[in-house]
Amino acid sequence: MQQAVLTKLGPITLALLAAGFVLPEWLASLATVAFAKGLVVLGLMVLWRAGLVSFGQALYFAGGAYAAGLLARDGGVQEAVILALVGTAAGALLAYIAGFLLARYREIFFAMLSLAFSMILYGILVKNAELGSTDGIGLPQVSFLGIDPGNEARSLANYLLVVVASFLAAVAVEAYLRSIPGSLAEPIRDNEVRVEYLGLSVKNLIHAKLVLAGALAGLGGAITAFSIGHIDPDATAFWTVSGGFVFITILAGTGSVLAPFVGALLFELVRSYAVQYAPELWQMILGAALLAVIMFLPGGLWSLFTRRARES
Amino acid sequence: MQAILSAEKVSKSFGQVTAARDISMEIPAGQTVGIIGANGAGKTTFVNMITGYLTPSSGRIRFQGRDITGLGPKAITRLGVCRSFQIAQVFPTLTALENMVTALGVADRLAGRAGLLAPLRQPERRQRALETLSHYGIADYAGRRADVLPQGVRKLLDIAMAVASEPKVVLLDEPTSGVSVEEKFTIMDAVMRGLGERSITVLFVEHDMDIVQRYADRVLAFYDGTIIADGPPEEALASQDVRDYVIGDFQLRHAGEGQAHA
Repeated sequence: MQQAVLTKLGPITLALLAAGFVLPEWLASLATVAFAKGLVVLGLMVLWRAGLVSFGQALYFAGGAYAAGLLARDGGVQEAVILALVGTAAGALLAYIAGFLLARYREIFFAMLSLAFSMILYGILVKNAELGSTDGIGLPQVSFLGIDPGNEARSLANYLLVVVASFLAAVAVEAYLRSIPGSLAEPIRDNEVRVEYLGLSVKNLIHAKLVLAGALAGLGGAITAFSIGHIDPDATAFWTVSGGFVFITILAGTGSVLAPFVGALLFELVRSYAVQYAPELWQMILGAALLAVIMFLPGGLWSLFTRRARES
Repeated sequence: MQAILSAEKVSKSFGQVTAARDISMEIPAGQTVGIIGANGAGKTTFVNMITGYLTPSSGRIRFQGRDITGLGPKAITRLGVCRSFQIAQVFPTLTALENMVTALGVADRLAGRAGLLAPLRQPERRQRALETLSHYGIADYAGRRADVLPQGVRKLLDIAMAVASEPKVVLLDEPTSGVSVEEKFTIMDAVMRGLGERSITVLFVEHDMDIVQRYADRVLAFYDGTIIADGPPEEALASQDVRDYVIGDFQLRHAGEGQAHA
């Protein structure tokens, strides 16, 4: 099974890594941010399959970003891999704590409670001068496995790191989704009573999914933090950030671990072009795109691939 | 013989309403027990308390001598007490085969036969799932989504999933309700064939006295939250209380249904 996943994801990852050396810098930077968001959406997808729509993934995203940011600024740690791992751990820890309450709720209550948690963090960040308040914090430039790529190759290094991180995350999530606990997402969505009477705790299963999704969001947050070099509450913890992740999930669909990355890349491209060419209308353009997807591709963009596979 | 399952003065109240009062009984291993009673007599409440769906207001429930009172469904299922439901509890968006594969996968995981990240969908497990469906006579429906399965098939799937973990005791809540008279015996034959081969202790709630007489070794008759008769079918069904409060009610209801149909 793992071999099959690797044979699918491996060549795509190698192609993406190779592409990094020919991409213009602006596109490498855009792809870095997109794939970092794709990591968050990958976690959202895990929850989505179980019927859980979180409007609060910004909590873990911001948690990862600020953990990495503070460690880099105040702790003097400038190694990107360490910062990424710390961000992952911070996101997982936040999700583990919030999960004790979140795992008890479903549907709109789950969505709103997750939103409430993220807005609590937003409030803390905005009011706390030590955390930079509304101005946020700047990060020193980071090194990659002890190598400082310099300003010329920094975008490339960030891009290569996010592609490798995305590959590892996709393989791990694919393995999880195929495992017995991971395969219970649809059964949980369908009928929790039967899952309990098969001998499993639905609460524990959902808690584990929350932690996995939190870890991925924390990883995405950390990579975003050091690739952009600056973080602030509006860009990481505000509810619109969570809304953006939900937007990408709907856009991409939940049919494959590749979908979040395709969706996130498309989202960032559409947004960048819309902002550049229609600065007054870009939200409307994104809204129209979302509407079109919901109406014509309710399974998200990924359903185009699955439809084609079925037809062939 | 030591009881595999016992209840000691078990009661359950919902506010002012008492659904079960001072129920005591002991079930030896391997016995097949039919639970009868009119609607609202406390049968399903009793099953729900044994399987952790409801917590008794008072009294104790023991499984293999261990107090399981107040344990949740997960814990009780893991101990070896499983159940099916009056309304079949399956996974509606999955096919019958996927339902069965899921149940077997969870059973394998809980029994330590599958690792934490072992994949659910394996050829060997799929084969076992097909064999199980075949055993219950529903293999022809393997590829159909559970939400479009006929009622009887869904009931059998629910039972097959419930016993996937090789339980020691299984409780079947009205396994033949909502299916045709012809299907009732087909379903019970399939169920009892599977359970009997494995010497599983069975408690089944049933309204049809023909089914009870044919399959039960023992009958527990419920009325107004208490057991009014307990014994072999011919003895229990012949008791005056059962004739007055259970069978009479059953016959009256069926007479009423006959008039309504006419």
